[in-house]
Amino acid sequence: MISQTLSRKFDQIITRYPLKRSAMVPLLLYAQDEVGHVSDEVIAEVARRVDVRPIEVTEVISYYSMLHRQPVGKYNIQVCTNISCMLRGADELFDHCCQKLGIGHKQTTPDGLFSLEEVECLGACCGAPAMQVNYDYYENLTPEKVDALIDELKKKEPRSKI
Amino acid sequence: MPGYDNPMGNSPLEVKVISKRFALPNSASLDVYLQHDGYQALKKALATKPEDVINEVKNSGLRGRGGAGFNTGMKWSFVPKQSAKLKYVVCNADESEPGTCKDRPLMEYDPHQLIEGIIISGYAIQAHQGFIYVRGEYRYLLEIVDRALAEAYARGYLGKNLLGSGFDFDLCTHTGAGAYECGEETALLNSLEGLRGYPRIKPPFPAVLGLYGGPTVINNVETLSNIPHIILNGAGWYAKLGSPKNGGTRLFCLSGHISRPGIYELPMGFPLRRMIEEVGGGVPRGKRLKAVIPGGSSCPVLTAEEIDVAMDYDSVAKIGSMLGSGGVVIMDEDTCMVKVAGRIMRFYAHESCGWCIPCREGTSWLKRLLERFHSGGALPDDPDTALDVAYNILGKTLCPLGDAAAMPTISILQKFRHEFEEHLKLGYCPYEKKAVSVA
Repeated sequence: MISQTLSRKFDQIITRYPLKRSAMVPLLLYAQDEVGHVSDEVIAEVARRVDVRPIEVTEVISYYSMLHRQPVGKYNIQVCTNISCMLRGADELFDHCCQKLGIGHKQTTPDGLFSLEEVECLGACCGAPAMQVNYDYYENLTPEKVDALIDELKKKEPRSKI
Repeated sequence: MPGYDNPMGNSPLEVKVISKRFALPNSASLDVYLQHDGYQALKKALATKPEDVINEVKNSGLRGRGGAGFNTGMKWSFVPKQSAKLKYVVCNADESEPGTCKDRPLMEYDPHQLIEGIIISGYAIQAHQGFIYVRGEYRYLLEIVDRALAEAYARGYLGKNLLGSGFDFDLCTHTGAGAYECGEETALLNSLEGLRGYPRIKPPFPAVLGLYGGPTVINNVETLSNIPHIILNGAGWYAKLGSPKNGGTRLFCLSGHISRPGIYELPMGFPLRRMIEEVGGGVPRGKRLKAVIPGGSSCPVLTAEEIDVAMDYDSVAKIGSMLGSGGVVIMDEDTCMVKVAGRIMRFYAHESCGWCIPCREGTSWLKRLLERFHSGGALPDDPDTALDVAYNILGKTLCPLGDAAAMPTISILQKFRHEFEEHLKLGYCPYEKKAVSVA
């Protein structure tokens, strides 16, 4: 279910800790990066590797906002609207993203390319307003910059997907 | 990194200690670090008795940069010398206090400074393993720190018998996955043990019973990044950089309505007015200042009349707020403080872990109360009701998240009460001129 590279990475991560269970969240996050979301198979695999029951993994997942049980778009756009970003137009920026993509908070475009999420402070307060696309930061944003970025990401895709 | 902008400000008023290497080309590499005093402090520390290292840090007046402001050397001294259980050092890199973004450049531009600080703290308490808990969103920093750790291992700054001293130390990163609460030290420990990040009851404090049941020191990234400078240049030198009992410099993150947003390294005790007007270039477009959050969203807000204060822990506490984590958020005259209060509470309601009922219920109630001034349905009693709810959270929760939610709300309700009344009277937000229905 997971690649050999990731499997080796898992083996290496688990050795860092005196208690295998400590590796649970890192394993879930890396598996999600590869699989796209935390599927039932991911839960079973992580549970087996860190030596706990699958229900114990499920309990932990619901605590963390970055772990998704459902698939999200290939590009997950996370707009920060917390205080520093709000003061510099983040609400308007988020509305603009909704219009541009035709989706709302925690929704995905029908082609599966983009998801949109309003998130809490990303630690980019001095570059507000800011967002993350997957793990990449984009700062000092304007609606025009967001448009250009989304268009650029669309262009990267094979024609059949547009 | 695409679209990434350097967050560092640039002001002639800065005193650069922990940020002094940031502008060097390849500043994150071990070679550059070694050319600029790198690992000299570790050499010096390893030739000193562990308790003398603790005393040096204690005397420097370094206080926790995560927000609590406790004397770092004192915190280390609470770790028992003899322990049947293994001891640990944990670096808190779960930076997520709104308005705060200073740990990012510390890991991005100078990861070895942090690593050296962690090794020295490990030596001081005689721990042999450390973890750097990085928030999940900071994936690119995790990769930078991992590269630095690999370099340090390859050159004998980590692992067995460091620099021939006989002291062993292992260090690795750990990623979180999105949870503000995990910045609280005991919640962080639970998270690191693979559990939900609920806080633990204190006492016992982590210094006695922490990670995997062993004595544990948990310090913020910025706190630990200061350690090599203190060891190398001495406690007296460090203490003199700041104000009495507030040693050193700190990274202040200026954000919001400010002409030159950015992270600036300034001496402790630097006047807030000068920070806003001279360092940050004042409020843009000639607008007047309305309010300032001095140290991240958990701190009570200050009005424009309260900014003649020295930015150190004791002076800011004296006027009823906190120096917090260095996130200085500036708001101009057009800012709706009712909206600010609502937005801050939405954050805490989202991040409350749900363990303590006053926090879990109170933050949700407050969020609904504060947001209905804008969404419609606010009652004339709502400002008083909100205050009552906030006071019923304050001091009644296991961890400081409850207080962090209550304090800014109370301060905004008290200092900007007229704005709440105005919303009720007008039936719309005077700042957005948008009609709302009032019950």
